Amino acid sequence: MSALLEVRDLTQRFGGLVANANVSIDVRAGEILGLIGPNGAGKSTLFNAIAGVRKPTEGRISFQGRDVTDLDAPARCALGVARTFQVVKSFETMSVVENVMVGAFARTASAREAREKARGVLEFTGLGARENAMAQELTPPEKRRLEVARALATEPKLLLLDEAMTGLTPAEARQGVELVRSIRERGVTVVMVEHVMEIVMPLVDRAIVLDLGRVIAEGKPADIVRDESVITAYLGERHRARDA
Amino acid sequence: MAGSSHDSARRNNLILAICVAAAVACLPLVVKDVYIQNMLVLTLMYAALSQSWNILSGYCGQISLGHALYFGLGAYATLLLFTKFGVLPRFGMIAGGVIAAAVAAAVGYPCFRLKGHYFVIATIVIAEAGLLLMLNWDWAGAAMGIEVPVRGDSWAKFQFARSKLPYFYFALGLALVAWIVTWKIEDSRWGYWWRAVKDNAEAAESLGVVVFRSKMAAAAVSAFLTAVGGGFYAQFVSYIDPESVMSFQFSLLMALPAVLGGIGTLWGPAVGAAILIPITEVTRSYAGGTGKGFDLIVYGLLVMGIALGRPEGIVGAFSARKRAKTA
Repeated sequence: MSALLEVRDLTQRFGGLVANANVSIDVRAGEILGLIGPNGAGKSTLFNAIAGVRKPTEGRISFQGRDVTDLDAPARCALGVARTFQVVKSFETMSVVENVMVGAFARTASAREAREKARGVLEFTGLGARENAMAQELTPPEKRRLEVARALATEPKLLLLDEAMTGLTPAEARQGVELVRSIRERGVTVVMVEHVMEIVMPLVDRAIVLDLGRVIAEGKPADIVRDESVITAYLGERHRARDA
Repeated sequence: MAGSSHDSARRNNLILAICVAAAVACLPLVVKDVYIQNMLVLTLMYAALSQSWNILSGYCGQISLGHALYFGLGAYATLLLFTKFGVLPRFGMIAGGVIAAAVAAAVGYPCFRLKGHYFVIATIVIAEAGLLLMLNWDWAGAAMGIEVPVRGDSWAKFQFARSKLPYFYFALGLALVAWIVTWKIEDSRWGYWWRAVKDNAEAAESLGVVVFRSKMAAAAVSAFLTAVGGGFYAQFVSYIDPESVMSFQFSLLMALPAVLGGIGTLWGPAVGAAILIPITEVTRSYAGGTGKGFDLIVYGLLVMGIALGRPEGIVGAFSARKRAKTA
């Protein structure tokens, strides 16, 4: 499999704080990649760098073989990178279908086409019945779905999910997992940031673990959960002691 | 199906607008009083101006309290081109619109980096700077202003000393055009982008919206239409000076109808103007002796009432109730 996205030696400093240090990762076309790590590990920083929200202090990012380090978020969206937000950012005064249309306008100038496409995406994400509701009327899990729908409407090749399952009940999370699987079946590569291991591990093909801004482990979920450094960093000494 | 209901709702809105315009066009058949005709002209003009303001501030969410600058630019461009170069007012208004759109882009370039209240303050300051420049620009008449030279009644020269009606119909046309422009924009890519920018700029960017360019486009359209209104006003009053077309009061008078009627709504500016402008004119004439500010006090009270009772404006409150009923 070829690398859809390559991050090379990415370093992000905020004043004296190093949020990412020499991070290099590859995202392969068609995979579901989990980006995990405890709070403050630098997941969101890396995520924002990939989405084009903030330029890295050092390092390069390339997408489909093209250097995109200097491109801003709208330009990366045009190339096929879409994202959701950890804290949902719905367009509150717009209806559900209008929210998704904003995404669809990335590929068409016609309002009619955008509306049709938005409806299709809403059906796919299970929000078809809510298309005329105002975004502010949605329940929290519905808002999470709306974020995904909006991002999908931009026809991404790479979808970045920022803790899309956080705050969901186990039943809702299961539906979320199904949605992510069906998104991948449509040919979209998925990178998901999560810190709830139980959700990510059964779903992802591969996981990358960050701690204190560095990549500390990378591999199949089954190997990752047995990795000593991951257990220490992520679950803490206490957990390892209990397992042993 | 929902798709056709969206289309039919839009079509019904357009039919309603044309019916309202037709009904207003018949008003002079019953309204012969020149004073009331004058008030109608101003009401229609402010409906058009507030509709223009609403494009940038209501839809795109960039609250401007400096639109007097574009209004004044339109007024000055129209009269200066006519008196100095003999350019017919109808072309002068267009030229004023183009100049105002260019100035809006130039002003927007630094100002759209500012957020919220800082942006509002910047618009006020820049409009005041424009006022000061005009007060000191001798070629443009400075504080003395400029007068329309009397050339007899004609559409070409856009002056009518004997009747208010030509101004009335032009103002009606302007209000209708501003409404239709808004109506078109509402269901266009720019319209959705602008509302997305207003609601959440960061999310909009992640969906491919170039926020800065979107704001610039909204400012240019808004300023163009405002300046055309300014050009009309200059011909209507036939004498302008900086204070009478560029003072802060105009910026307020453009914003208030939209705020009262419903900011970011299609009908808000027209509904707001239909309520506010007659009230102002009446209080101004009946309480004229009590001092210049009385009409503005009435405004303030109305806006306070709206802010406390129905912050979404009259139209907003109405459509929320309708949605609750259908839901």
